[in-house]
Amino acid sequence: MSTAFAYERSGGMGRRVSTWLYLHPWFLLLLLLAPPLLWLGIVYLGSLFSLLLQSFFSVDEFSGLVVREFTLSTYGELFSAANIDIIVRTASMAAAVTVAAAIIAFPIAYYAARYAGAKAKAVFYLAVMLPLWSSYLVRVYAWKLILAKEGILNWFFAKLHMTWLLDALLATPVIGGTSLSVSYIGTFLVFVYIWLPYMILPLQAALERVPPSVLDASQDLGAHAGQTFRYVILPLALPGMVAGSIFTFSLTLGDYIIPGIVGSSRLFIGQAVFLHQGTAGNIPMAAAFSVVPIVIMGIYLTVAKRLGAFDAL
Amino acid sequence: MAAAVTFESVSHHFAHVRAVDRVSFEVVDGEFFSMLGPSGSGKTTCLRLIAGFERPQSGTILLHGAAAAHLPPFERDVNTVFQDYALFPHMNVMGNVAYGLMVRGVTRTEREQRAGEMLALVKLDGLADRRPGQLSGGQRQRVALARALINHPRVLLLDEPLGALDLKLREQMQIELKDLQRRLRITFIYVTHDQEEALSMSDRLAVFNEGRIEQIGTPEQIYEHPANRFVAGFVGVSNVLPPAVAKQLAGTSAAVSIRPERIRLSEQQPAAEQTHCRIEGTLVDSQYHGAATRLRVALPAGGELTVVRQNQRSRTGEPAISPGAQVWLSWHREDMQVLGDGA
Repeated sequence: MSTAFAYERSGGMGRRVSTWLYLHPWFLLLLLLAPPLLWLGIVYLGSLFSLLLQSFFSVDEFSGLVVREFTLSTYGELFSAANIDIIVRTASMAAAVTVAAAIIAFPIAYYAARYAGAKAKAVFYLAVMLPLWSSYLVRVYAWKLILAKEGILNWFFAKLHMTWLLDALLATPVIGGTSLSVSYIGTFLVFVYIWLPYMILPLQAALERVPPSVLDASQDLGAHAGQTFRYVILPLALPGMVAGSIFTFSLTLGDYIIPGIVGSSRLFIGQAVFLHQGTAGNIPMAAAFSVVPIVIMGIYLTVAKRLGAFDAL
Repeated sequence: MAAAVTFESVSHHFAHVRAVDRVSFEVVDGEFFSMLGPSGSGKTTCLRLIAGFERPQSGTILLHGAAAAHLPPFERDVNTVFQDYALFPHMNVMGNVAYGLMVRGVTRTEREQRAGEMLALVKLDGLADRRPGQLSGGQRQRVALARALINHPRVLLLDEPLGALDLKLREQMQIELKDLQRRLRITFIYVTHDQEEALSMSDRLAVFNEGRIEQIGTPEQIYEHPANRFVAGFVGVSNVLPPAVAKQLAGTSAAVSIRPERIRLSEQQPAAEQTHCRIEGTLVDSQYHGAATRLRVALPAGGELTVVRQNQRSRTGEPAISPGAQVWLSWHREDMQVLGDGA
């Protein structure tokens, strides 16, 4: 019996390695973290840093070559009226999309977190995730057809004898246009559709963590439904909503495909980056433009933190 | 003596489970009323029906004489201390306690003053700025209590409030709760599965089983005169005599119970007395509990009786009765309790 015991204890090479790792846990941690750290540190942060660096260079107007000297002239150009226009347009669109996504997502997420049974929850996850399985391009082009002048939406409004409503909507200055597919309204609708899952999922996760007894307690203490929503549900859902808004906001800020397919031909930041680094060959300007969403997100998160959005975390 | 809460044949079921089955009872204004029972017996559902979180499928619920079955929770003069405390995690202690005043539109200065008084009442002054996450279990319990009392409810519902606390803290809180109830003179309705807690704190208690009430009475009535086998077994430890022994000693074919601490155990045969009955048995084992020793004795007719012997003085040095020894049991005839059928 004692021999069998000794045999088991001596073990093979694998056992000895396991024991050594057990006694030196920091080495195991290092082994696990090194690849992702290298990836994030060098490939991701490194390229971000070189991008930032590029934005402090400028382009020689005659030769079109990048002058590798520190200058703020590219940023000076960034703040020209036309470029400010692009930035304001993109940021307003991102804000509008985020607010709309939050409003649409909330009841869906609330239902899934509070009332759905196991089966309904499975259907919910499938319904939210399913669109993500098909190509984003296909879905955007599908929307172009839906929103076109000859599209199903126009036909639907005509059948309901409500074309006047659509026309009134399209007659609105700035956001209107000749048809939905070439107006900001169209761009907005497609953005909201495409990014909605990224708002629903974190919101649902946040609502799921709210214990039902806390809602009972609020009612018990005299709060009616509106007050319970305002003082308990909303503050507790806020971290999830902010997480979702980081997705919808930053994805809208950086997207260059949707506004190119559906909407007026006016530029968004993503398209400006694309044009400057491509045909124009103005890498410093493209880099300066890509810094804009980073700065906007930084400001957004700082304000959100100040307002106590992460207090319930 | 007005009724604070009246249930008349109230039934409530979830899906296919009858959680509460035609339950009727009355809670007198100002009393400490406990609902005792094993988990799933319907006591918490009854509490939720009183608070208004559930609406009964049938029956009448009156709060201070007024029909309340369909009043929403925020329209009731009733507040609850939840089992998991249900404190608002995003608010500090002050925010939690003052919540009931805030939603009623009380000004900030007034609610901070009143919440401060409430915190002093539960001995938590100085912790107003803490978050629930920074508090110990006992402190959270006190915050929950202060929060529920701030609106001066006429009825306070407590759902196993001490369940998560350790024994010492629980005993201390039992005393404080009872003391608080006497001082505030409000009706306490206390849900627990701990029979000792229910016996020591309540003016009256109801014993629940499978959605129905088995017996309502004072702690003494419940303990001394259990209505049936379930109550006898759930509240305290009870011996139910084997039928043959019951027939021989009590002359009845019904179930007969005897409390372990009423049985006297001796090694010699006790003298025969008119008022007492005696029976011989074999000691199976004995467990030392500090204040008392619990012994199990097998009867020749089959079955076992549990005997509890107070250790009034140290028995160290005395030869212990070893398992297998023949012993005599005797008890007063009046201590035997004839039980109902358990329906």
